[in-house]
Amino acid sequence: MTAPPVTEPEVTGPITPELEKAASKAEARRGFLIALPSFAYLVLLFVLPLVLVFVYSFATRDATGQTVLGDWNLDSYKRLFSAEVLEIFVRSLVLALVTTVICLAVSYPFAFYIATRTPRVRNVLLVLVMIPFWSNFLVRTYAWRVILGSEGPISQLSQLLGGEEFRLLFTNTAVLIGLVYGFMPFMVLPLYAALERMDWQLVEAARDLYADGWTAFRKVTLPLSMPGVVAGSILVFIPALGAYVTPALLGGARTVLMGDYIVSQFLAARNWPFGSALSFAVMFVMLLATLFYFRAGARTV
Amino acid sequence: MNEGTAPRGLVDRLLGLNAWVVYVFFYAPILLLIVFSFNDNDNVGIWTEPSLRWYGEMFQDERVMGALRNSLVVAFFSTIVSTVLGTMLAIALERYRFRGRGTLDGVAYLPIIIPDVTMAVMLLIFFFQAFGVLDDLFGVRLTTGLTTIALAHIAFSISFVAVVVRARLSQLDSSLEEAAADLYANRWKAFRKVTLPLIAPGVAGGALLALTLSLDDVVVTQFVSGAGSTTLPVYVFGLVRRGVTPLINAVSTVMLVASMILVGISLGFQRGAEARGQRLADPEGLLEEISTD
Repeated sequence: MTAPPVTEPEVTGPITPELEKAASKAEARRGFLIALPSFAYLVLLFVLPLVLVFVYSFATRDATGQTVLGDWNLDSYKRLFSAEVLEIFVRSLVLALVTTVICLAVSYPFAFYIATRTPRVRNVLLVLVMIPFWSNFLVRTYAWRVILGSEGPISQLSQLLGGEEFRLLFTNTAVLIGLVYGFMPFMVLPLYAALERMDWQLVEAARDLYADGWTAFRKVTLPLSMPGVVAGSILVFIPALGAYVTPALLGGARTVLMGDYIVSQFLAARNWPFGSALSFAVMFVMLLATLFYFRAGARTV
Repeated sequence: MNEGTAPRGLVDRLLGLNAWVVYVFFYAPILLLIVFSFNDNDNVGIWTEPSLRWYGEMFQDERVMGALRNSLVVAFFSTIVSTVLGTMLAIALERYRFRGRGTLDGVAYLPIIIPDVTMAVMLLIFFFQAFGVLDDLFGVRLTTGLTTIALAHIAFSISFVAVVVRARLSQLDSSLEEAAADLYANRWKAFRKVTLPLIAPGVAGGALLALTLSLDDVVVTQFVSGAGSTTLPVYVFGLVRRGVTPLINAVSTVMLVASMILVGISLGFQRGAEARGQRLADPEGLLEEISTD
């Protein structure tokens, strides 16, 4: 290697602790200044709006549907415990949980399969997962509306075979299919990342110690891939719980979920305080789910 | 090494079967949509003969074209601003220690976790309240429109860009940047000549993600758009809720193809990143290159 001509920086005096302190202070100021524009933006268009929703959830709604900021009360929160809201809430929770379980059950063996291929095959298989992952969510959900509709291929096939017109659209099952289809890539990718990063020599070691395939999987592979299971489950459960596009396109009047219920409070019912309280309830459950999962994940790793 | 531990026999065959089923599940709906967009029939599900009729109608449809234009304008500004802000955020969080860094770290990840419905509600109330205040104080009457859509898209994209760029930064050896800073004795030049080229794949990846998020968003946009400022997904969403038409199939196919082009570009960047990663394995050579530049 030929040494490049480097001019030594001039040192005018000994490096004192004071000098070092000043340097680190300047460094901290520089870091703060670099972060400042994004920080300001997020405070103005994220933190402040969040606070506003919180404030609105205690406000009242007058007869015309206008929100009155004053006369603070807990009415919106009390309404959260009404039978109507609880029913919607339980339905959303169950659908989100079932979606997460199905996605996990199908994606784990799927991700395992990809992770155990040769690098060349693995890359191709992975790209084939990335394409639906990046594709427009609305369009992908719309495709199911065509498939499940009364003019769709399934319905036509059933009629061709002498059966009845196929009615699955606007049911909970249709919403479930849409949710699984929409969010499955969110499960596959973290699972694959965890399995791919894993030290497979540990599995070999277990096999050398006469563990059978299933025991080696249960005692070594599964615990080591737990971070992927946790991340994937959160990434599926949270958007599934707040889903709006899927129930709006595939669900019917009797399959209202939290997401479209919240939206209807703002765009149709004009009850902003109640909609705000609903938003906070959903966020609270999501926060709980995230904390629970991280703790569960931390225990097993 | 992995191949050696691949399960054999029946288990592996079952895993393969499962994988096939998943891929069919992933692609069958998309392919069906694309095929039927070339169908010359007013009915979505009944195949008559291939034609480009619906594509012709799509390009003639002024509302579709107007919505597409709006989408592109919003995505353009939102991508540029959120990429710059997100990259700065990533650098500050990954390379500097300062007061409030922990708080910022937490706040920066919230927009990713929060569901889009909640984000939509937050921004609707914010703009409503902010416009009220501006009207009271200055008598300025503002309404929602393309500007509010772009501002909202930036708000949720910054965090995604920051995560992608940060992942790239954390893989890089910071001593390389420090060495470069020593050589140049000018931080900006060191950043421009060393850090920026090294994180470029991450920045490009973040920008593509921001672009995709902006082009795909329905929920937030629906809340903060005004009369005459619909984007393409919001317009399509409104159409779909009223019923399924072959025209929507054609528009959907165009949106799918656009997504696939973006995936292709993104994967191309990753390839480039890997190639550059190999150059990184020889930091002395790289430093030499820099100093003789």
